[in-house]
Amino acid sequence: MNNRVPNKKPKLATAALCGCFGCHMSLLDIDERIFNLVELVEFDRTPFTDIKSVGYCDIGLIEGGVANTENVEVLRDFRKHCKILVAVGACAVNGGIPAMRNQFDLQDCLDEVYIDGIGVANPLIPNDPEIPLLLDKVHPIHEVVKVDYSLPGCPPSADTLWTFLNELISGQQISFPYSLIHYD
Amino acid sequence: MSKSVTFKLDGKSISFQPGDTVMDAALRAGEYIPHLCHNPEFKPHGSCRVCIVALNGRHLSACTLPAAEDMDIDNSSDAIVEQRRKLLQMLFVEGNHICPACEKSGACQLQAVAYYTRMLSPHFTHFFPRRAIDASHPDIIFYFNRCILCGLCERASREVDGKDVFSISGRGINSRIVFNSATGKLGDSQLAITDKAVSVCPVGAILHKHQGYDKPIGERLYDTRPISVVGDVAANLATGQPHKSDERNE
Repeated sequence: MNNRVPNKKPKLATAALCGCFGCHMSLLDIDERIFNLVELVEFDRTPFTDIKSVGYCDIGLIEGGVANTENVEVLRDFRKHCKILVAVGACAVNGGIPAMRNQFDLQDCLDEVYIDGIGVANPLIPNDPEIPLLLDKVHPIHEVVKVDYSLPGCPPSADTLWTFLNELISGQQISFPYSLIHYD
Repeated sequence: MSKSVTFKLDGKSISFQPGDTVMDAALRAGEYIPHLCHNPEFKPHGSCRVCIVALNGRHLSACTLPAAEDMDIDNSSDAIVEQRRKLLQMLFVEGNHICPACEKSGACQLQAVAYYTRMLSPHFTHFFPRRAIDASHPDIIFYFNRCILCGLCERASREVDGKDVFSISGRGINSRIVFNSATGKLGDSQLAITDKAVSVCPVGAILHKHQGYDKPIGERLYDTRPISVVGDVAANLATGQPHKSDERNE
């Protein structure tokens, strides 16, 4: 494995694409171990630091699937800047719940939400140039960039994330006990 | 039964009887060979290929391979596990398996076998096929998205229920389950909720209506122990009462 993290304190970045932030919440669920994590890594771009652009990092954790043009840009930027890119959670791994919209035409989804939906006032599909355009389908991140590791789960448990980060940072082989791997 | 004939499964001696397949003998000996379309109550199908094993460099499905004396079978080398994982990944991307939104999650054989082979991602490009749901039956719902075409409902309906409700139609990627009724709707078929065909589905394709998520996460069939220990979904339905949640309080 040539993906070893170098000896100095590795840099960690995280981002949420089309997800619910549940995977980030799960990372916070490591509770007091967050103090150990701060000792182990230096945080770069992540909602925890509120840094907006990603610098060169050792590890990038991506939550969520790819549903719009901004997701594509952020994901490609992460891939460019992170030595190791990790798909975290069901949405990043296989599209997850948002990918259920792939059963329908995008126009039908927009019509249902903004035009024909129950209780819609002033029916209008938002079209501000600042709003990223939606892709016709939601994709898992490995369909857009190369992914080094995948952690399934909705969300992966705090123990799964903690185990993974520890094994990765200490250069051990990544392995999980049975109960830490689930797809839901 | 006086003289025992055996073959080797990962170096272990497994005794078998005339007419046994490798799967039959392994199951009887308590050795797990991953499988999806196989259910010991029915004639082997050999279609899912998840039970693939290696014999003299050839890859064969254990559920259709007749046991023979002194065979030396590889059931768990890295190459075999990798091949099974690839087959499972293809099953996952070919349908729409959104585990967090499925009532069967935690007690699903597709999921459990994937856990067993340590599948962490579907790896391939998703098809995201658009498939309907048939909710026309008053008690049963059929999700085509989750069907893996194992053919167990077809076999059970024909061989046990004597109804021929299910059949696989079409070829290749266009294969799908069809229902035997004038309208093609499940609700107009002879299917009853007590039918064997309803209980043999290893995935979340055939589900009872009006119930779901009745076991909390952590207490479902495969939450804490792997399928190699717990056994198949259908086997567990046969031994325990699946829809009673009283045991939770014990």
